[in-house]
Amino acid sequence: MSTHSIELTINGRREVGNVEGRMTLCDFLRIDAGYTGVHVGCEHGVCGACTVIVDGKAVRSCLMLAVQADGAQVTTAEGLAAADGSLHPVQQALRDEHALQCGFCTPGVLMTLAALTEGAQKPSEEALIGALSGHICRCTGYQGLRRAVRRLGGEP
Amino acid sequence: MKPAPFDYEAPTSVEAACKLLAEAGGGATLLAGGQTLMPLLALRMSQPFILVDINKIPALQGISRSGNATRIGPMTRQCEGLESKVLEQHLPVLVQALRHVGHHQTRNRGTIGGSIALGEPAAEMPATAVALGAVIEIASVRGTRRVKADEFYLGPYLTVLEPDELVVGIEFPDWPAGHVTLFRELAQRPGDFALVGFVGALTIEAGRIARAGLAWFGMGPTPVKARQAEAALLGQDVAKLDMAQIAELAIADTAPFDDHHASAEYRRTVGRRLFSRTLREALGRKEAA
Repeated sequence: MSTHSIELTINGRREVGNVEGRMTLCDFLRIDAGYTGVHVGCEHGVCGACTVIVDGKAVRSCLMLAVQADGAQVTTAEGLAAADGSLHPVQQALRDEHALQCGFCTPGVLMTLAALTEGAQKPSEEALIGALSGHICRCTGYQGLRRAVRRLGGEP
Repeated sequence: MKPAPFDYEAPTSVEAACKLLAEAGGGATLLAGGQTLMPLLALRMSQPFILVDINKIPALQGISRSGNATRIGPMTRQCEGLESKVLEQHLPVLVQALRHVGHHQTRNRGTIGGSIALGEPAAEMPATAVALGAVIEIASVRGTRRVKADEFYLGPYLTVLEPDELVVGIEFPDWPAGHVTLFRELAQRPGDFALVGFVGALTIEAGRIARAGLAWFGMGPTPVKARQAEAALLGQDVAKLDMAQIAELAIADTAPFDDHHASAEYRRTVGRRLFSRTLREALGRKEAA
């Protein structure tokens, strides 16, 4: 069993850690670094709740080892709102459209939509809906999400 | 639901990775994109002594052209394949197939070579490699070898790869510009494994089929090359093709199974219909189904 020291940037802050090879990124983010906005659902890549942004791309943090994030830029739901507390456009859209119920799947959904709408060219509503297939909402609150996505998508 | 302990190694060259595999004597597992292996580790269905992470080997990444072929580095991420101009131009059906591999989030980490080397029988990438006549380049401390994709798969998750071997490249021969592409899959939800699917390419010269490559996925223990249909198509006049007969020959090579998603008979019935419909659409014919 190997242990590794890692250094990464989480929500703009430098973090260091000492992790076993087998520790997943989601466990490191929650347990070692304290970012409990990373929700861990199925732990085998099906539910999408643990989705975070690694080097600009939305990925499932249960399907990546912490040691693999050495040197990476990671964003979690805690890193979305501005310093003054004003919501990220994706958070605002979900809030306005009542696109969350129990909230368990919400951080993962936020990170997928935030990663995809980051650039100047917004993906189409269809592409965003397609990406949401990677998230399971046990409240089945998909209609609110669809409305939120309608506001976030670019021209088809 | 946490992986069992293992030693983690991240070599930066193919030579170093091969050495680790050889020294581990079968106790090592390769970590590519991890989108299949990580669940298996979490469920403890896989418990390697050593996990060899090949994400830091630059030689395994990227897409290049050499002669009349396109070479895909196995660690090329599926999302990179979707954005590749080279693949769009030379292997359009591979790009079409990639859109059906997993979900957006898993394609951001999952690799083309990882899927090809794993050999899930219902997956799109292995069947695409078989249909298009790809050659898989394999390395170990014993040397390198090249294996045709249709001789690479032995059973579900079982390939000709020895425990000390590593896929270092997948070479796709060129299909002429403007070739006909065929792709269709039936799955219960987007991102699910296919119940029935097939992928292929055809070239037409002077109204006759000059070259055909077809393979099924989800229709047997490995990707299934539709050899009888390929042979029957060669030289045929496109305007006079008997779609039902070709579909029957295509199905004849499959060996689908019953599972809790669908029966073998269902897979054959749907496969037959999807095949003839897709072939007809691809060839631009208009008759009703």
